[in-house]
Amino acid sequence: MCLGIPGRVVEIAGDASMLMGTVDFGGVRRETCLAYVADEVSVGNYVIVHAGFAISILNEEEARQSFELLREMGQLSGEEWMQNLANDSLGQNREVTE
Amino acid sequence: MKYLSEYRDGEVAKQLVEKIRATATKPWVLMEVCGGQTHTIVKQGLDGLLGDSVELIHGPGCPVCVTPIEQIDRALDVASRPDVIFTSFGDMLRVPGSDGDLFQVRARGGDVRIVYSPLDAVKIAQSNPEKQVVFFAVGFETTAPGNAMAVLRAKQLGVSNFSMLVSHVTVPPAMVGLLESKNNRIQAFLAAGHVCTVMGWEEYEPIAAKYRVPIVVTGFEPLDLLEGVLLAVRQLESGRAEVENQYVRAVEREGNKAAQYAIQQVFEPTDRSWRGIGTIPASGLALRGEYSQYDAVLRFGLADVHSHESEACRAGDVLTGRIKPRECPAFGRECTPETPLGAPMVSSEGACAAYYNYGRIALSENEKSNG
Repeated sequence: MCLGIPGRVVEIAGDASMLMGTVDFGGVRRETCLAYVADEVSVGNYVIVHAGFAISILNEEEARQSFELLREMGQLSGEEWMQNLANDSLGQNREVTE
Repeated sequence: MKYLSEYRDGEVAKQLVEKIRATATKPWVLMEVCGGQTHTIVKQGLDGLLGDSVELIHGPGCPVCVTPIEQIDRALDVASRPDVIFTSFGDMLRVPGSDGDLFQVRARGGDVRIVYSPLDAVKIAQSNPEKQVVFFAVGFETTAPGNAMAVLRAKQLGVSNFSMLVSHVTVPPAMVGLLESKNNRIQAFLAAGHVCTVMGWEEYEPIAAKYRVPIVVTGFEPLDLLEGVLLAVRQLESGRAEVENQYVRAVEREGNKAAQYAIQQVFEPTDRSWRGIGTIPASGLALRGEYSQYDAVLRFGLADVHSHESEACRAGDVLTGRIKPRECPAFGRECTPETPLGAPMVSSEGACAAYYNYGRIALSENEKSNG
């Protein structure tokens, strides 16, 4: 349950009392509460989601900078890992949610 | 940029490992706090790559593991009642109480449902007004904002048949408890990155200063963890003891203020018993008095329980880093993920399950010689 998963916000909805939205995790979409990132979230953001709640918007600039540092250290590979992780974490999810 | 693939590159990992090995002049002992980090380390074999330069000991950051047996027994009690729908995150259902687990309650006819979000439990309460709906509110600071929101939502919507069995824990008091213990070997922490997305890292600064221990806020991917180790080793080698942030893409110093506000609105600190470890002062969250109507312990009279632990299980020693899972005599014998004696064998975040699932069954030569 503490395993936060990054996903991409594809839709923002919900009423004024609670901002909701849809987050895409490598192809699987889930309804997610966006109330805790309501001030800044927009469609296209990557967010960390815990148990149906987005608790952090990933900072693209910071991510890009640390990514550049890592890139300097070696050759970075493509997107297979992303798919693997999505499968891993969704596999786990499927197991616990049956 | 998908925020995952970039942090899993094997070549970069090798270079980070070489840097760590070149930086460390003696074997340092680091604890990764969070069970999610433990899983990445064990699954990817990062501890093996580091060799003698760094020993990683696995921390208590597995909410399923540290939820006290008394709370599991209360869950079993209330979930067995005919007028109750008991809702929980999936990984709590196989955690053994004194007498069975929630799956067994369900097999005997109890209405036990797995939910993805605590808001789902509020929805179930709305659509089942003739039933009492109880949500098992466990976890660290990562799940506390969602659980707080469920209470606020129930109040806002006037959902009176909803309540929570609350067993929240918080990380900093546990870190202090570990540092204060007389057998402490921890020289630096990799703090749990996702806890810090909510809470920020200001509360770790007094701990780093008082105990002279570097604390590096660290993410969950292999390269995050290796970079966290490198930053911690650099601090140790240069005699610094600061809070440093490796997980810059997700964590800001002040954390998520809106989430913190919701936690403070609904919960207050309380002494909490950690399974296998014991009571740690002010290490838990309980519902504030003004939300006591949502407290399942009060609503169902669950205060008195008489619990008993398996004597064979050494979860406490595992959770405090005193032993590795395979040093427990029951590990992989009486205790497996199919028949867990203790919670660390159950959870996807538990150290015992990580060792078992990723094939770390036999003792290493080093562990054998340690007896």
